[in-house]
Amino acid sequence: MSKSLSEITLDGLWKNNPGLVQLLGLCPMLAVTGSVVNAMGLGLATILVLTGSNFAVSLIRNLVPDAVRLPAFVMIIASYVTCTELLMQAFTYELYEVLGIFIPLIVTNCIILGRADAFAAKNAPLPALLDGFMMGLGFSLVLLVLGAMREIIGHGTLFANMDLLFGAAAVDWKITLIDQYTDFLFAVLPPGAFVGMGLLIALKNIIDSKLKERQHTAHTTPVAGSKRVRVTGKIT
Amino acid sequence: MALLNISSPHTSRPGDTGGVMRQVLYALLPGIVLLTWFFGPGHLIQIGIAAITALACEALVMVLRKRPVLFYLKDYSALLTAVLLALALPPLCPWWVTVIASAFAIIFAKHLYGGMGYNPFNPAMVGFALVLISFPVAMTTSWTGPAELLNAKLTFSQSLHFIFSARDGIDAVTMATPLDVYKHQAAMQTSDEIFKQPIFGSTIAIGWEWISLAYALGGIYLLWRRIFTWHIPLSVLTALSICSVIFGWDADTHVPLSLHLFTGATMLGAFFIATDPVTASTTPLGKIIYGAGIGILIYVIRTYGAYPDAIAFAVLLMNFAAAFIDQYTQPRTYGHNKAKRGLPKGGK
Repeated sequence: MSKSLSEITLDGLWKNNPGLVQLLGLCPMLAVTGSVVNAMGLGLATILVLTGSNFAVSLIRNLVPDAVRLPAFVMIIASYVTCTELLMQAFTYELYEVLGIFIPLIVTNCIILGRADAFAAKNAPLPALLDGFMMGLGFSLVLLVLGAMREIIGHGTLFANMDLLFGAAAVDWKITLIDQYTDFLFAVLPPGAFVGMGLLIALKNIIDSKLKERQHTAHTTPVAGSKRVRVTGKIT
Repeated sequence: MALLNISSPHTSRPGDTGGVMRQVLYALLPGIVLLTWFFGPGHLIQIGIAAITALACEALVMVLRKRPVLFYLKDYSALLTAVLLALALPPLCPWWVTVIASAFAIIFAKHLYGGMGYNPFNPAMVGFALVLISFPVAMTTSWTGPAELLNAKLTFSQSLHFIFSARDGIDAVTMATPLDVYKHQAAMQTSDEIFKQPIFGSTIAIGWEWISLAYALGGIYLLWRRIFTWHIPLSVLTALSICSVIFGWDADTHVPLSLHLFTGATMLGAFFIATDPVTASTTPLGKIIYGAGIGILIYVIRTYGAYPDAIAFAVLLMNFAAAFIDQYTQPRTYGHNKAKRGLPKGGK
């Protein structure tokens, strides 16, 4: 029943990635991944909430009766989201303004309630903590890749406005890949997010099928000689 | 054994897909000639760019999909997509707009959905809508004015220059389309005053009326050759006319019916784009509903939307509905008392 820690890690990052396989949390994923900084902001907030809520839910898993578990989980998640929101208000106010409604909306993100009910409520605190962190990290990585894709195609830049998240040190992190780029609005608008998302899922499927193929050929080495005992004499 | 689900028509016609597509291309020729006559050689160059890109993308995807390349290039469907797309684009839009639009049309709108015959959305219109929302500036400021109104006739090398390199001085040869002009001035001026502007000429709008007639003529040729039936074009035009007469009868505040029908891409859309056999509805009643939907949407988007024309969005929106319409408009099959429509009762 219980999975090893490395399995939990692999599940969160690749095999059961919340962004590419479970397709949960699509609303924030498609809405805020217009640039790397937005994606990273939302990703960090999600990791924080997911790790914390998974740990807390796991701690109280034996105290809460089954019938009222969901309200209890939502209360826990909501308090973590509120903390995150206040933290962002205090330290990264401009990014908080940019992300807007999507920070409080983390409460309704299916990944978080899904992991609380499917994993944390059935496992010990430490695996639950790791699961929350890895799922959050897997989600954030997808956000980052999608954000980078859309920023490059949409604006021709990478890491613009990173100072919103990392302070004054990051002001000149912006890389202009193409000079005098005409903004490709499609990539910045939500339809571009859907197309980018589809391409990422396709890429993951290609990699998976290649891996499977390789595994398959490795396992089916032909057996040397016949295992049956020949009883009717030799055929020459 | 799984049976293939093939949509009607089940009777096959002589000739192949390439033959049909070739007929449609021939029918477009008069429109293309008049477009070049009135608005300069921009469209010819755009057709060239779009055709090269589309055929290259088609060949590339065929290689990737391990299909016979020449067989699919010879069915002319990629070429037709490219031509329709190029006719919809403004004649002087920068070359990369055309390249992006046609590559997206072929790779994303056509082949990612399964290729020829499987795409739910009209590829040319997907490409057009993509660049329309992505590059609003390039798309709305690249319409050339009719040659009569320009001081100097736009030459071929001039057009090449505007499309491929510098765009300074382009303001001298471009102007808003008649639909756009009328819509924005209707609030301030009466109908008579607007029609006195040079772009509207003596009848409807210089150039546009003849081009629209040429497209309609090409469409009637295709009707006569039975490439498509009368249902879709007629219902598109009728629905648009009815909407325009009922809701836009006051020409001082609304675009009049003549402009709705004979400017913009109405005729091209009604006869060549809405009738795409892959993405349109296939049942007789369904075709009428589908066409009427397009006509109504054209009127609504033109009147209340921010974009000057509406064919692409209207067609794409009805493409969404085509499968649904088909399901509820199945004709009665021979041997049954009632038509089988909608979902089977009690589940499968």
